[in-house]
Amino acid sequence: MSLNIIVMAKQVPDTRNVGKDAMKEDGTINRAALPAIFNPEDLNALEQALRLKDKYPGTKVTILTMGPARAAEIIREGMYRGADNGIVLSDRAFAGADTLATSYALATAVKKIGDFDLILGGRQAIDGDTAQVGPQVAEKLALPQVTYAEEIIDAENGHATVLRRIESGVETVKVPMPAVITVNGSAAPCRPRNARNVQKYKYAAVPSEAASDERRQKLMAEREWLNIGEWNAASVDADLNQCGLAGSPTKVKHIENVVFTAKDARRVENTDADIEVLMQELIANHTIG
Amino acid sequence: MANFYTDNPELKHYLTHPMMEKIVELKERGYADAGKYDYAPLDYADALDSYDKVLEIVGEICAETISQNAEGVDHEGPRVENGHVIYASGTQANLEACRKAGLMGMAMPRRLGGLNFPITPYIMAADIVSRADAGFENLWGLQDCAETIYEFADEEQKQKYIPRVCAGETMSMDLTEPDAGSDLQSVMLKATEKEDGTWVLNGVKRFITNGDSDIHLVLARSEEGSHDGRGLSMFIYDKRNGGVTVRRIENKMGIKGSPTCELVFRNAPAELVGSRRMGLIKYVMALMNGARLGIAAQSVGLSEISYREALQYAKERKQFGKAIIEFPAVCEILSNMKAKLDASRALLYACSRFVDIYKAYDDIAKERKLTVDEKKEAKAFSRLADAFTPLAKGMSSEFCNQNAYDCIQIHGGSGFMKDYACERVYRDARITSIYEGTTQLQVVAAIRHVTTGTYLNWINSELEKECKPEDQDVKATLQFMSQQLAAAVEAVTGQDSTEYVDFHARRLVEMAGYTVMGLLLLDDTTRNDAFRRSLRVFVKYGQAEVAKHADFISNFRPDQLADYMQK
Repeated sequence: MSLNIIVMAKQVPDTRNVGKDAMKEDGTINRAALPAIFNPEDLNALEQALRLKDKYPGTKVTILTMGPARAAEIIREGMYRGADNGIVLSDRAFAGADTLATSYALATAVKKIGDFDLILGGRQAIDGDTAQVGPQVAEKLALPQVTYAEEIIDAENGHATVLRRIESGVETVKVPMPAVITVNGSAAPCRPRNARNVQKYKYAAVPSEAASDERRQKLMAEREWLNIGEWNAASVDADLNQCGLAGSPTKVKHIENVVFTAKDARRVENTDADIEVLMQELIANHTIG
Repeated sequence: MANFYTDNPELKHYLTHPMMEKIVELKERGYADAGKYDYAPLDYADALDSYDKVLEIVGEICAETISQNAEGVDHEGPRVENGHVIYASGTQANLEACRKAGLMGMAMPRRLGGLNFPITPYIMAADIVSRADAGFENLWGLQDCAETIYEFADEEQKQKYIPRVCAGETMSMDLTEPDAGSDLQSVMLKATEKEDGTWVLNGVKRFITNGDSDIHLVLARSEEGSHDGRGLSMFIYDKRNGGVTVRRIENKMGIKGSPTCELVFRNAPAELVGSRRMGLIKYVMALMNGARLGIAAQSVGLSEISYREALQYAKERKQFGKAIIEFPAVCEILSNMKAKLDASRALLYACSRFVDIYKAYDDIAKERKLTVDEKKEAKAFSRLADAFTPLAKGMSSEFCNQNAYDCIQIHGGSGFMKDYACERVYRDARITSIYEGTTQLQVVAAIRHVTTGTYLNWINSELEKECKPEDQDVKATLQFMSQQLAAAVEAVTGQDSTEYVDFHARRLVEMAGYTVMGLLLLDDTTRNDAFRRSLRVFVKYGQAEVAKHADFISNFRPDQLADYMQK
């Protein structure tokens, strides 16, 4: 039996090699100064998808990403490694999205794709480190979710068996499909690019990338596998009020460089009373709220 | 992310050599595969771009995986269990990465599952892999054996075995036996034809690299009662059939990750390749030529890592208040290392281009009759390849040993400890001037091209090329070196004694080597100024070596030969 798998991936600035010009004056990321890469944990997720494809022949892996047209680069990267195709969700209306608006946009695109058994993604992206988008997509689509996955052991008879990394060890859970699974960085690293796929897919593009390249357009017309999907807000019937800046309740007040000074730890018990005390404390010192 | 291809711009310089356009055109038959295979190139620029992108994958795997595993593999090594080899865990990971990346069967045609790469970019991959781990290059590089199946086996055998190699199965060439090393005519492993026309093999092979491979090429005696090379045939043994066990793995000085096996054949079923009796005289010769080019690439990769390790250490190590690289004694060593490295690489790719052209014509000749001009060209390049292959293998393996030695010297006492990569590189380098024919045997293969003028003719035509004004002095030196070579050849052959030629052969071949390599660097410098330093340093070095040999020969009296003959 074969599966349809969507891998949600993000093109991110490579924050692992940050120089002094990585931030702009206003505290936002200077994307021009950092190379754009495939978010590392999304590569772990892609590997899990490709392993399922190895195991269940006929499985189709589609990469879904939101970003500018140049984000098609990570879809090509995915195709070099074995993904079948991808879609770039690209629209000015999506710009400035926080995790809520991002997960809304992704969820609308997933609905449009329609036919899928699994949605995979990395635990979190290295530019925001929120780990919220995967779970929010699951909630919006009313799907069960498994987080911190380290290995998808199998996905058959309507269920996926997943090994997940938890604080004190690992646990194996079973989840009905379709489901959303976010993959941890401790999972197997992604396989290398494949020589044949690189040659096959190197001209793959979204239409806007090929706009001024007639030779590429001609090739894309002859070879359907070179066509990466490019969807905008209208093509996924998105409600513009829930997209981009308009749909983002998160507001950046200011950015500061935090140096950890506290050395002692405090244990908070998992009780409503203890958590209430902690919440009040955090609100009082303006850490939240 | 580190990348062993992109951090080494010399490779791209050779990938874009002007001769490549013709090579790719021939190899791709005017890009006829473009409509048939979704990964075939559309034109020359597209093909080059594909080689570039694939070499980038090789460079990444080498930097991120293979080089990282090298030390662990050296310590762990392979082992034998139940008559079969278990690779070191790092080796297994390396092989898996190469398989997933589709880097097996790179030079095989697409219809058999390969990438249809010319030899030159394939050899580049071998160069890069060797820098990461020379021992692993052996296992990966044995995909070369598929070339022999492709050239000489029947269609059914090609269809059966080559796609398996392209999918990642490993190969070995089972030639050596306890009493047949350099002298392969003495091979005794017995091949017996059964009544149904199939063959079985019985006997022992020794020193077999990757001897527990999936698909073996085996040299065996098919003609009972024969005693020389004409009684030997080539066979394929498929591990899936069983019949061969590994008795032991040799405990070696270097390339420890590459299992060197003693094999026992007990009624092992085998398939005859090509014609009987042609095993040694035709097929092994072809196989060895490919393997020698592979060892030349391995040597270049080892020179590369030697130079890099030495350079880095010389910049970091401080003595007497400054980095040791600032001392003339140290920077001379480093300059010579780099010059020898660049000269070796120049010769390697000159040789691979010659091989590419004549092999492409050989392959085309299977489909149609070559024109008179094509035949002539193919013959000329085949001769050049025949002359340059032993020169490349001989010179670059000796240079890589010198570079590995100097790398330790730069490290001083620390280099003698097990703490730095240089001691492994030193041990790994030692075999390159021994296997696939010792340097002495490369000299035997090369000397006739000294005496018949293959090198001198090539040298003279190179000297007619234009160079940049600032390189005229170097060119004049090279001209002088070539005159010394011609004079020495005349002096030695003038004695009309084979023994006398054999005695001076190594000197003459080296003189040709220095001149040829210098001219290749001159050509590189004409195309790319980045080579000028290596050109100048190498020619300075070569000039002195050529003068030394010329002096030895011109001051040698034939009666002095007796002083060297051992009783």
